[in-house]
Amino acid sequence: MGDLPFAIELAGQGVANGLMYSLVALGFVLIYKATDAINFAQGEFVMIAGIVIAALASDAYGFPLWLALFAGLVFMVLFNIGLERVVLRPLIGRPIVSIIMATIGLAAILRGFGPMVFGSAPRGLELPIPDSPVIFGPFFFSPIQLVGAGVSILFLLGFGWFFLKTRKGVAMRAVADSHQVSSAMGINVEKYFALAWVMAGVVAMLGGVLWGSMSGVDTQLALVGLKVFPVVILGGLDSIIGVIVGGIIIGLVEALASGFIDPYVGGGTKDFAPYVLMIIMLMIRPYGLFGRKLIERI
Amino acid sequence: MFYRESGEYKTDYKRDMTLYALPISRFSVGLMVLLFFVAAPLLLGEYQLTLLSLVAIAVVGALGLNILVGYAGQLSIGHAAFMSVGAYTAANLVTKLDMPFLLTLPAGGLMAAAIGLVVGIPSLRIKGIYLAIATLAAQFIIEWIINHSPSISGGVQASIEIDRPTILGWKLDQAVELYMFLVTIAAIAIVCTQNLIRSRIGRAFIAIRDQDIAAEIIGISVFKYKLYAFGISSFYAGVTGVLYTYYLGIASYEQFTLVVSIDYLAMIIIGGLGSILGSVLGAFFITLLPIGIRLFMENVGSLFLEPEALASIISQMRLIVFGSLIIIFLIMEPEGLNRLWINIRNYFRVWPFSY
Repeated sequence: MGDLPFAIELAGQGVANGLMYSLVALGFVLIYKATDAINFAQGEFVMIAGIVIAALASDAYGFPLWLALFAGLVFMVLFNIGLERVVLRPLIGRPIVSIIMATIGLAAILRGFGPMVFGSAPRGLELPIPDSPVIFGPFFFSPIQLVGAGVSILFLLGFGWFFLKTRKGVAMRAVADSHQVSSAMGINVEKYFALAWVMAGVVAMLGGVLWGSMSGVDTQLALVGLKVFPVVILGGLDSIIGVIVGGIIIGLVEALASGFIDPYVGGGTKDFAPYVLMIIMLMIRPYGLFGRKLIERI
Repeated sequence: MFYRESGEYKTDYKRDMTLYALPISRFSVGLMVLLFFVAAPLLLGEYQLTLLSLVAIAVVGALGLNILVGYAGQLSIGHAAFMSVGAYTAANLVTKLDMPFLLTLPAGGLMAAAIGLVVGIPSLRIKGIYLAIATLAAQFIIEWIINHSPSISGGVQASIEIDRPTILGWKLDQAVELYMFLVTIAAIAIVCTQNLIRSRIGRAFIAIRDQDIAAEIIGISVFKYKLYAFGISSFYAGVTGVLYTYYLGIASYEQFTLVVSIDYLAMIIIGGLGSILGSVLGAFFITLLPIGIRLFMENVGSLFLEPEALASIISQMRLIVFGSLIIIFLIMEPEGLNRLWINIRNYFRVWPFSY
């Protein structure tokens, strides 16, 4: 199997896809970093954003694309503010299982709600991006992948800068460290919780547009969310650099595994290999490549 | 209801340690036995008995998950994967070795317990969210392995057909017979769990749940008991898988996907974490919920919806109601139906002198 050009091409695809996984996983990390909540509904956020935008841009509603995108953004922001207020805030301080189950319940609601309101038929989401492939030496990309990877890098760097340099970012890191201390220092903790959920919603909306235009929009779009866990475990649950590195690794592993192992076992390695990698990581270094190691006290 | 607990003195150790110490609890156990073993088979039709059979199967699975999540505090999102292990073990033993049901039932449970022990090994190092994600991975990996090994999954469509169970030459092919059998298994599971929880093992589970480092300091081997919890819980799951397989007549991995794991988690959340009655109530609730929604939508929804639209609305309605119920219970009544029942009981226990 000395098929090097094939491997290189797969690797290019994998990196581009991986960066788009990073974008989705970023939403998860933002929420975990600021509020300690585990969001099992990140994939469903992506799905609902995709469904709303695709439905509004379709002939049934006839919005122009920019307006549909803007409406999708507004929808996600409002939805997540409401969500934080109604569902997550009463659960602050509860055991982890409660918050996990609440987001799982939320995921179920979104899976039912999206198709019920906007119809369950798959829709396309046309972005004004050409179809013809772009060739860089041995690499071979579709333009949407390049745009996706570019947008992902832009936003990942943007959020990295936000956390390190801005006043709000510093406040958010303080909230993540200790709710009590930051509250005593005059930081409005609840405001930053809401901000974290809103940012996760914005990121999910971008993810919904990018993944939706690549693979079409229906409830299957939520499956992107299942890739979030390997990415964040690999990179570390609370690290933005970790999300980028984890995303690229998972994208690579996924592309190479499905290219080289699938012919022998008959498909499905794409969804399987990232989880195997994740289990190995959990055994060796549970807090991930860049995550903070937790020290426990009684 | 007008029963008072005062005046019940325990004068020896034997009475102190009986499972049902108070006359009222013996009375209610007797009532339950009458209700489910005598009244239900006599009074209910075939359809209702099939539903109750499904509930009985779910009770076993929910008890298993509650031992792990509710008592030992180890969150698992891979319960259905252990069910599939039990199901395929039993199906293969039946079709390839022609084993009788009384052997395949424990064999399926033991196989699932063995796999559960392997999955439980990381629980020493990782906990909370990390363990939850690890069990999620176990769900996918077990599902994938079963699906991709024709020697386990039977090749075509990854499903194996099997016959109705036979116990010592008596074939359970009537709905009533199957119901009686399943409800017996569920009753055995309930009594076993009650005894497990009040034993040394059960108390160790609770200590680990409440504070695992403190538990280790007072001399509980945390690793050993976490493995016990995974093993016992997976045994219950394996038995559930075997029962499902015999009930449906087919072992199919589609019966044991992530969605099923989440259903079982919902059962113990809505029923009440760390409560046996809660597991039973939750199993009733979640198993009968889709049927309730369907009946409601068919009767009420048909007034203003086309029949074709109704079918898809029902499945979406189910998801929405299911998710909303989980969230509502978590926010309003985190201890579930069990707490509601205790509140009602306590109210009447001192009635009419509530203050």
